[in-house]
Amino acid sequence: MSRISECFKNLQADGQTALIPYVTAGDPEPWVTVPLMHALVEAGADIIELGVPFSDPMSDGPVIQKACERALKNDVTLDSILDMVKQFREKNSHTPVVLMGYSNPLEAMGYQKFAEKAQVVGVDGVLTVDMPPEESGEFKQLMDSHDIDTIFLVAPTTSAQRMKKIAEYAKGFIYYVSIKGVTGAAALEINEVTAKLEEIRRYTSLPVGVGFGIRDGRSAAAVAQVADAVVVGSTLVRCIEEHANRPQELPAAVASLLAEMRHAINARDLASVSA
Amino acid sequence: MPDTQIDDYFKTYPDESGHFGPYGGRFVGETLMGAIYELEEAYKQYKNDPQFQAEMDKDLADFVGRPSPIYHAENWTKKLGGAQIYLKREDLNHTGAHKVNNTIGQALLAKRMGKTRIIAETGAGQHGVATATVAARLGMECVVYMGAEDVARQAQNVYRMKLLGAEVVPVQSGSKTLKDALNEALRDWVTNVDDTFYIIGTVAGPHPYPAMVRDFQSVIGREARQQMLNTTGKLPDALVACIGGGSNAIGLFYPFIQDKSVAMIGVEGAGHGLQSGQHSAPLSAGTPGILHGNRTYLIQDTAGQITETHSISAGLDYPGVGPEHAWLKDIGRAQYVTVTDTEALDAFHELTRTEGIIPALETSHALAYVSKLAPTMSADQSILINVSGRGDKDMHTVAAMAGLNF
Ligand SMILES: Cc1ncc(COP(=O)(O)O)c(C=O)c1O
Repeated sequence: MSRISECFKNLQADGQTALIPYVTAGDPEPWVTVPLMHALVEAGADIIELGVPFSDPMSDGPVIQKACERALKNDVTLDSILDMVKQFREKNSHTPVVLMGYSNPLEAMGYQKFAEKAQVVGVDGVLTVDMPPEESGEFKQLMDSHDIDTIFLVAPTTSAQRMKKIAEYAKGFIYYVSIKGVTGAAALEINEVTAKLEEIRRYTSLPVGVGFGIRDGRSAAAVAQVADAVVVGSTLVRCIEEHANRPQELPAAVASLLAEMRHAINARDLASVSA
Repeated sequence: MPDTQIDDYFKTYPDESGHFGPYGGRFVGETLMGAIYELEEAYKQYKNDPQFQAEMDKDLADFVGRPSPIYHAENWTKKLGGAQIYLKREDLNHTGAHKVNNTIGQALLAKRMGKTRIIAETGAGQHGVATATVAARLGMECVVYMGAEDVARQAQNVYRMKLLGAEVVPVQSGSKTLKDALNEALRDWVTNVDDTFYIIGTVAGPHPYPAMVRDFQSVIGREARQQMLNTTGKLPDALVACIGGGSNAIGLFYPFIQDKSVAMIGVEGAGHGLQSGQHSAPLSAGTPGILHGNRTYLIQDTAGQITETHSISAGLDYPGVGPEHAWLKDIGRAQYVTVTDTEALDAFHELTRTEGIIPALETSHALAYVSKLAPTMSADQSILINVSGRGDKDMHTVAAMAGLNF
């Protein structure tokens, strides 16, 4: 069983929802990323989504665009990010790490080389935003043969027919993009999300995570009631931006923001168990 | 190139899922997948619908002014002392460039699909103007994304778009040029996918855009092929066109692809020279990668980050190129060459003075290459150049090079 599947199995056994923070690797400075990952785990992260910065992040709003720009100014590359994961694994062998980004950096390294390196350093999953199942044939085969989960997106615009196809390709979990828009753009509508998750579950037994529109403890707790995982991105990255000039203080600040969400989620999880 | 590849070309490319060999495809976020399938279905349906075609042909005739003539540039031919030079006069189209051929087609499609809002990206502003023009006519809301740097260097076109009722949004991210405008337009589309039609201005983007824009622009080559036969009794020996995203070039080339005697030459912007690293020539100096929905040649670093491009002409200042050109390069059916800013500027002045035609700076790249090519050919041979647009929009840039300011 993959580290991701095991993580979800354990959480489900405890009636808990996974909390998945997203941070862009190398933002605002490369040395910050590994300590930040450890701090996030301590604050309650179950899985870490590590963004691979790209010069042209078409699916991202201004907050993550700027994070990419800050990271790229430091010459962060896919290679150096794989090194970060390796470092992280020196002290943490249980928290799954998912790389999230765009196709071109993977394409530039070469899928085969990426698969080999990622497996060795302990990457658990890959989410390539601009590579739908239609284009992922060769890539998915290589990820499969190197035991790396391929995570795919489902959107509000995804038809039932596509959901079926995505479910066939997906491994680890399915990521539901809760809004029509770029990352950080708007707040999600919990009723719409609930309905869509029901539909997705008709096609897959994989855990379903929700991301893109979660901004605070309240929305995190609301989503946790219906989803298997809550993904928080822009809110954390905004906090990173605010601390860009004080990187020493950054891991603690971001971690305390995440801890708030963890508390909010746990409180609701408990309430619904006792109710 | 294997002959069979060319003999079956029209049937073979792109394949069902939009690939030209390894290039092209549909590399977009899941939120847009539904929209591009919807577009593909609509396009397939109307492509062979006689009523749709008739409406488009009427617009191209009465609104755009087609067919555009071919003109035998006799003065310039004499001066260069080689092949006969013919110009396909897309500069005479309404709005001043080839771009309108495509916006007419896509806007009619948008209307049939019941979309009420149009968005576009633009570099030089020609596509933005052509989009604002059709939107005004159809009474549709129109938003044009334009890199902040391009807003500054194409001020006149910005004003034209505003007069036509479009909202022009300066894009401040990244390099503030065409690629960033495309990113921002895609972000808008993701957000407003239900009512919005994205009119892409070149043969880029996810499938079906590269094939659809090619088809709309192919009117250039269809007309020109017949016009050359009528005027000279034979096909030209070479076609030459500039390459930004590649739409005016593919529009000219496509109907000639199976005419193996006809050489096809695309001219990219070498900017300050390929060695300087400041250019916009992905086919000549780039490597394959994935950007803006398709796999193609890109200007990028070894880690797969898109790097900054440069060209004197905003319409060429783009790090990618249509996937079909990538394929035509690989199979050897077309050749791609480069011309520097300085060479293009010289050709701009040359055509203006010898023929009384002021070309766009983009077009001037094609002209500059022909000034080298023509003298190596004989007088019984001919070259057909796509004059993709007129130079009115570039007065500012050219004057500034001469130290003048309006
Ligand atoms: C006059 C003119 N020619 C050429 C181009 C380049 O585009 P493409 O390569 O798609 O024809 C532009 C783009 O703005 C243009 O305005």
